[in-house]
Amino acid sequence: MSKARGLADLGNAYDDGALSNRNLIINGAMQVAQRGTSFTGLTNGGSDYTLDRWRWSEGGSPSFVTDVTQDTSAPDGFASSYKIAVTTAASSLGANHSLRLMTRLEGQDLQQTAFGTSSAKNLTLSFWVKSNKTGTYIAWFYNGDADRHISKAYTVDVADTWEYKTLTIDGDTVSGFTNDNGVSIQLEFVLAAGSDFTSGTLATTWQAQVTANRYVGNVNLADSTSNYWQITGVQLEVGDTATPFEHRSYGDELARCQRYYFMLANGDEKTMPTGSYYSSTLVTMPVQFPVTMRSAPSLDSPTGTDYYGIYRDGAFDSFNSFTSTGRPSVNGITVDSNDTGASGTAGHSGPLKTDNASAYLAFDAEL
Amino acid sequence: MDNMNITSAQYSLGLDSTNTSIRAIIDGKELSVPLDLSNRHYAEIMRQVEAGTLVVAEAD
Repeated sequence: MSKARGLADLGNAYDDGALSNRNLIINGAMQVAQRGTSFTGLTNGGSDYTLDRWRWSEGGSPSFVTDVTQDTSAPDGFASSYKIAVTTAASSLGANHSLRLMTRLEGQDLQQTAFGTSSAKNLTLSFWVKSNKTGTYIAWFYNGDADRHISKAYTVDVADTWEYKTLTIDGDTVSGFTNDNGVSIQLEFVLAAGSDFTSGTLATTWQAQVTANRYVGNVNLADSTSNYWQITGVQLEVGDTATPFEHRSYGDELARCQRYYFMLANGDEKTMPTGSYYSSTLVTMPVQFPVTMRSAPSLDSPTGTDYYGIYRDGAFDSFNSFTSTGRPSVNGITVDSNDTGASGTAGHSGPLKTDNASAYLAFDAEL
Repeated sequence: MDNMNITSAQYSLGLDSTNTSIRAIIDGKELSVPLDLSNRHYAEIMRQVEAGTLVVAEAD
């Protein structure tokens, strides 16, 4: 992109209302990976968050298997990409099978779009993509507040080469987004889809959601174990023009991600807050979150022999799990354990820690 | 929009001996879920309870 073109695009972005905070996507550069950088053997119709804010998802119960990694291959100006690689192939798909990568946006962050009014603004999605499998792919936008959708096709033209894509979608004058912390836009990058999703006519304008019109024409990435697909530099902005990717510092991006998922401690010998014995068999530990979370979060923490422990009164008590949470809010929560091993004297207190490489304590307020 | 696989769900008691959370295994993960409908796990638990496909066990 020439400097003159870049300045012109920024001018257009200013006209649309933003020179900073243009990118509605969080972790578009695939930098943040609190849950880990490698997720293997994904299959059986599962769906889960992987790199922060990005949810790998299968539909149905397909036989293909994929791995997800944070990969170092990326276009100039980026250090990471999101890679999905097929490890077990399915040359044909069942009608309800699908493979998608998605992210979800809160409605209160989308009010600037003026959707649902006569002033509804267009949105532009831009991203870098690389795959060995050329052909047509679908990016799907779903308004969960109104059950409406629009699909845009793009092509991977050259195998094994980073390509820059831009897609502009019309503003929807019919339905807007609820001004709250719930999911309003679900953006999906589609990688495989069965006939349930492809037997209609692609929804190239905003319309009531019809499953058969979602992913028409999408390639089947899962048809060979040599297939992979990578993406980075994902930006969604108000207006007709794709501006240069809005790079944010790692710290800024991490804080944005922590609104949805906060990894407090991960692995062996990691410090947790000070807790105390409420009774002789109940350890309680208050946790304050570093940023205000989207909602009261779920505690995500595995069970294992002596995974956690508390120092108190010159001793260390190990226990296997945290058994409940209390007084949850968007700013903090109390985490309790009355597991076997949490046995001491009421009133004794001290720091808690993880005590196993597989132990972790995280809080999930994802959409 | 999610189709979570919930394999167990049981209320947990807080310090005041009232139900304060649900200990659940969802998509293979052990979670303690707050009783708050803006939490996606709790919303899905309640959806499945209302659909008659899930029962949340009483606390021990």
